[in-house]
Amino acid sequence: MKPLYPLRRTCKEAVALMIAREDRELPRLERWALRLHLVVCKACPSFERQLLTMRQAMGAWRHYSDDESR
Amino acid sequence: MPSPTFEQEVAASRGYLMKFARLQLRNETWAEDAVSETVLAAIAKPQAFERRAQLRTWLVGILKHKIVDALRHQGREVALGQGEDDRADPLDHLPFDAGGHFAERPADWGNPEQDLGSRQFLSVLEACTEKLPAAQGRLFLMREWLEMSSEEICKALSLTPTNLYVQLHRARLRLRECLELNWFARRDAA
Repeated sequence: MKPLYPLRRTCKEAVALMIAREDRELPRLERWALRLHLVVCKACPSFERQLLTMRQAMGAWRHYSDDESR
Repeated sequence: MPSPTFEQEVAASRGYLMKFARLQLRNETWAEDAVSETVLAAIAKPQAFERRAQLRTWLVGILKHKIVDALRHQGREVALGQGEDDRADPLDHLPFDAGGHFAERPADWGNPEQDLGSRQFLSVLEACTEKLPAAQGRLFLMREWLEMSSEEICKALSLTPTNLYVQLHRARLRLRECLELNWFARRDAA
């Protein structure tokens, strides 16, 4: 049976997409589906911000590995 | 002009380099080899070191090349978890209801930009990275420390993309959970 709403994603699916997005480009349909989910969902944007923080954290760590001159 | 102090300075960085080599390679012998090669290469051509840069920055740059060589040499081995973490999907640790929606909103980690550069935070981050199963940790740091693209990693190790993505997915979720427990939740409780 075909899904009635091809762009509808659960939070669990959205989380999987957000994590995948850190390592690969998502197919266009998934990009749109995720974007839509993030607009209507109250919880997932918090998760998205956590991932952003992790990205910044890894950047800070990389920088620190390069010169720990302190 | 090679001066004894240059060699001494290089040798003194050994411990520092070992920390990163261990974390990335998860194998004492491979790490020792990569660091020794780095030290030897550095001492062999001191003229390549431009005083404008930090010595350690330069050494870490060489180390990263030696480590990529080591990983390439080991190939697929690197990504083989010995039965580690093949069990449940770590997504199940998140509070989803039966319909796959968040039963509670993920915590607000705030806007901790200053925190992230602090030594305390970085040591928690390192400890969490170290706790990842070996194969996951290696692949994760290939992305995040060696800054290789997923395509480059697959090519270097003869891995299928699916195999790589499964491991990275797990690594990222575990790291998120570890940081939440050991940093963000603690900070809020303090």
